[in-house]
Amino acid sequence: MVPLQAYLTLAAFIFSCGLYGALARRNAIAMLMAVELMLNAVNINLVAFWRYGPNREDLAGQTFAIFVIAVAAAEVAVGLALVIAIYRSRKTVYLDEIDLLQG
Amino acid sequence: MEQFSLLAPEILLFTGGLVIFLIDVFARDRTDSGRGYATLALFTLSVAFVASLFQTYAFFELEVAQKPAAVLNMLEIDLFAALLKAPIILVMILITMAGSTYMNKRTERRGEFWSFFVWVTLAMSAALSASNLIMLYVAIEFLSITSYLLAGFLRDNQRSAEAGLKYFLYGAVASAAMLYGMTFVYGATGTLDLKGIAAYIAANDTSVLVPALLPATMFVMVGLGFKATLAPFFQWAPDTYDGAPTPVTIYLSTASKAIGLAVTARVFVVSMNALLVDWVPVMAGLSILTMTMGNLMALRQRDVKRMLAYSSVAHAGYLLIGITAVAAGTESYMDGINGLLIYLIAYMFTNVGAFLVVMVLEERANRTDIGAFEGLYRRAPALAVMLTVFLLSLAGIPATAGFWGKFFVFGAAVQRQYFWLAGAGVVNAGIAAWYYVNVVRVMYFGERETDAEPVSMPIGMGAVLVVCTLVVFWIGLYPDPLIEWATTASEQLLSVGS
Repeated sequence: MVPLQAYLTLAAFIFSCGLYGALARRNAIAMLMAVELMLNAVNINLVAFWRYGPNREDLAGQTFAIFVIAVAAAEVAVGLALVIAIYRSRKTVYLDEIDLLQG
Repeated sequence: MEQFSLLAPEILLFTGGLVIFLIDVFARDRTDSGRGYATLALFTLSVAFVASLFQTYAFFELEVAQKPAAVLNMLEIDLFAALLKAPIILVMILITMAGSTYMNKRTERRGEFWSFFVWVTLAMSAALSASNLIMLYVAIEFLSITSYLLAGFLRDNQRSAEAGLKYFLYGAVASAAMLYGMTFVYGATGTLDLKGIAAYIAANDTSVLVPALLPATMFVMVGLGFKATLAPFFQWAPDTYDGAPTPVTIYLSTASKAIGLAVTARVFVVSMNALLVDWVPVMAGLSILTMTMGNLMALRQRDVKRMLAYSSVAHAGYLLIGITAVAAGTESYMDGINGLLIYLIAYMFTNVGAFLVVMVLEERANRTDIGAFEGLYRRAPALAVMLTVFLLSLAGIPATAGFWGKFFVFGAAVQRQYFWLAGAGVVNAGIAAWYYVNVVRVMYFGERETDAEPVSMPIGMGAVLVVCTLVVFWIGLYPDPLIEWATTASEQLLSVGS
């Protein structure tokens, strides 16, 4: 059987990739994709912890994972709408060029 | 049935928002003035406010209802939640009354706006009571996603769209980090229930749990700190507050921030107290960093709306002192949490007032820089006097509400002998007083625009400003009831945690 550590390591790796992408990329769409990676890492963690945890019958971890998936979908829908709104008026999705508000 | 009556405010808010949304979907009238939608929103919020008042009253007066009630093991309806829920709904009512003209003039999708506005109140009242990590996440995310939409609601306005996008990108990363932390809390304790987590920690060897839970809690703090605009996660706040439609800015800087701090308090007091880790250095560090950065940035601003945005970041720092100095189980008069509650309630009404005055001037001159306030006293004496009251209350001058908030929060730090923390707070309050008083000085002694016509404002706006002023003076001059309520609420919360 695959040990719990393997799942956690995979999740940590994916989460780090996502976090790096979210902090390093200046393209709003790429940042959105990076955030999705982070959320997927969270889901791997949740399901792995549920599978190896003490209370397997209460399904808390799996339930949480399903909520995360549903909420992430809503979040992306709103996020893309905001990106499109910006793109229509500014013709760019690069955050360095979206700089009306600063100081 | 018992459980549903406990959820009365939430059910009312949900239904009201849905009704507005459905009317809008079926009417599809882009030329509608929007006054009907705003009135419906106002009505829903008022009914929910009355329901939450009854709830608060029941907790205080009826012996049977003294114990917090859990609903579906997901929500904990206790005094702490009830005492914040009523003021938060009242703040949303005030914003609706004052901001409906502003909003209806600027957008065509009025029905959508007001239904989201009601639902965002629902999200906040759910977050206040959440006692399970799933519920906590869903409520906070509900609040965030609705707020992204509202901040970027004027999508043809480049500033509003940019405010929404920046808020969204920071918020998405912060909430993913918070979730990652929550998974480790779940992995270490095997439960998602806040009290279950506390029970597990208390029953097991903490030296084994600390290495897993300490970093996990720090990740959770990222998400909550983002909502509460704590350093170093506050960079979105000034930009979003500046660009978002002003009614949205007002609730983001008051009610939404209150949720961030209230949830932080609940998570740390209820579930993490048993960990026996010394949180003080971390929390105190965040607190000092937040207030210092907020104040230093506010000092540099020439734009009053932006200055208030940075000053509201600084206030989050003062508020965090209350959570840092939590003293559970002691006989102390100031236990930190009651300071947090008093400060939050005082701050919300003060800040709503201050932002509304800015909104009046924005409506008139379409600018919010300090120049727009020059000689305001001669053009609109009532407005200038009320703004003076709000700014003095934000600075924490005695006889205003803000004084008692600072008194109890700093007092809690002193009582626990964190003199350096209280000292940092007082120094910061001094810096803050400088830029608040500067606006007051400009209003009374500024020279320009003396010949400009007087500023008029709608009746609704005037009424709301008067209500805010009265609340500020009521808490400032006669704080006893509020102190008593807050102390009872904090004792109840702390007794759960210890």
